[in-house]
Amino acid sequence: MAKHQTPLLDQLESGPWPSFVSDLKQEAEARAKNEKNIEYQIPQDVVEDLLGVLELSFKDGVTHWKHGGIVGVFGYGGGVIGRYCDQPQQFPGVAHFHTMRVAQPAGKFYTTKYLNDLCDLWEFRGSGLTNMHGSTGDIIFLGTTTPQLEEIFFELTHTHNQDLGGSGSNLRTPSDCIGEARCEYACYDTQALCHYLTNEYQDELHRPAFPYKFKFKFDGCPNCCVASIARADLSFVGTWKDDIQVDQDAVKAYVDGTYPPNAGAHSGRDWGAFDIKAEVIDRCPTGCMKYENGKLEIDNRECTRCMHCINVMPRALKPGKEKGLSILAGAKAPILDGAQMGSLLVPFIKVEEPYDEIKEVIEAVWDWWMEEGKNRERLGELMKRQGFQRLLEMTNIKPVAQHVKEPRTNPYIFWKEDEVPGGFERDIKEYRKNHQR
Amino acid sequence: MATIEFQGKSFNVDEDGFIESYSEFSEEWVQWVKKEEGIDELTDEHRQVIKVLQDYYEKNGIAPMVRILSKLTGFKLKHIYELFPSGPGKGACKMAGLPKPTGCV
Repeated sequence: MAKHQTPLLDQLESGPWPSFVSDLKQEAEARAKNEKNIEYQIPQDVVEDLLGVLELSFKDGVTHWKHGGIVGVFGYGGGVIGRYCDQPQQFPGVAHFHTMRVAQPAGKFYTTKYLNDLCDLWEFRGSGLTNMHGSTGDIIFLGTTTPQLEEIFFELTHTHNQDLGGSGSNLRTPSDCIGEARCEYACYDTQALCHYLTNEYQDELHRPAFPYKFKFKFDGCPNCCVASIARADLSFVGTWKDDIQVDQDAVKAYVDGTYPPNAGAHSGRDWGAFDIKAEVIDRCPTGCMKYENGKLEIDNRECTRCMHCINVMPRALKPGKEKGLSILAGAKAPILDGAQMGSLLVPFIKVEEPYDEIKEVIEAVWDWWMEEGKNRERLGELMKRQGFQRLLEMTNIKPVAQHVKEPRTNPYIFWKEDEVPGGFERDIKEYRKNHQR
Repeated sequence: MATIEFQGKSFNVDEDGFIESYSEFSEEWVQWVKKEEGIDELTDEHRQVIKVLQDYYEKNGIAPMVRILSKLTGFKLKHIYELFPSGPGKGACKMAGLPKPTGCV
């Protein structure tokens, strides 16, 4: 018998999609039965109280969590999101309901052993509920009490060799697409770079030292499967410099219908036979492709590497061999001054261990933003306030045409004093000699 | 809200152990937080951080950014963590009696 009546939530148990309500109830029941005789360190009915408070929120149409919450573990300034229920008498099981962010492996590949071990820890010292994963990438442990935080942290680090993720005004947990592990488009080893930089900047991740949050994300190609261009202050997007690799025989196999276009992604509907002209040549954004006499030609100088032709004919076309990545800066959500996507900062950079060139860019950006950024000002906002030019100066990058989508249309152009013959110091008397008042 | 009795004084605190009002700050509060925040011995450097935080808060009505705290005290962030294991927010601001940090923490 459930502790609270949940008529509104019960409706979400129907339908084909996996129901979070059914899952929560299953966990609530398992805790009530406790077949493994676990010595639960937080209330055994935590999940039932969570369902109860959620039902109340469904009824009232408002949240029942108090404002904020500052908890954590010694040595770190982040990693735990404190949360308290605003009806603790009615729902004592969730009076404390803190979230712990646990660093995830790059690409989120797991073994069941590892996950089972984490689950055992979390059943024992937490609610047994998780979020796999948070949008930034972390494994999320949902709901525990303050006294358990240090205990969990000790177990994580000593038994599971596992650290917390980031929260607060710091470097948040970096994440990546699966990259070379399972994708033929990957232009660099996203997991290696993500893992390396996560380790390299542990201090920046655990102890907030920045004006505001800062995120890295690593995409193997411009398809952006981890959406770095939209969700990271610095986005690392794989690309190549030389020619797209073309297998003419495979192209023919697409044209004659042997291979399905887009690897069969549109097979759920009849779009007719594959028409290379309509679906590839005419869709190329720069019009740099030709298909004549059974031969596909690409004017690679005009190719912007949008991935469309490769996506449509993955067995015939491959990214070039001279690979690297582009760095884009400044993506953020709307608050305060409007949403931004990343702006191109470094068109091409090689990806070679120990990644010194990439680290140089990152650290130059940080030096500038840490010194000049206002309280709670994202990198993208500092770029707007002080100008893209300033970002280029601070990162020692020469302005190139690729830095803009179009040149400015207004004529409010600043010059540096040393660029102007004679400088800015002028005497009005000198002017008056030739121009009467 | 809870009330803490310590060395003959009582303090109103929230769930996170932050004092409800800056005006309740006293030496006894410092001693209480010292115990809570894993600080063995209170040194002049601890006092200096607290003083800087309080002066800044009284003048500006907000806690300083981490970078400003470092500049004003001359302590690197690493050293501030050595002094206050929970860091400048949860550790030092709490001990100084400043309001709880908010935002996307």
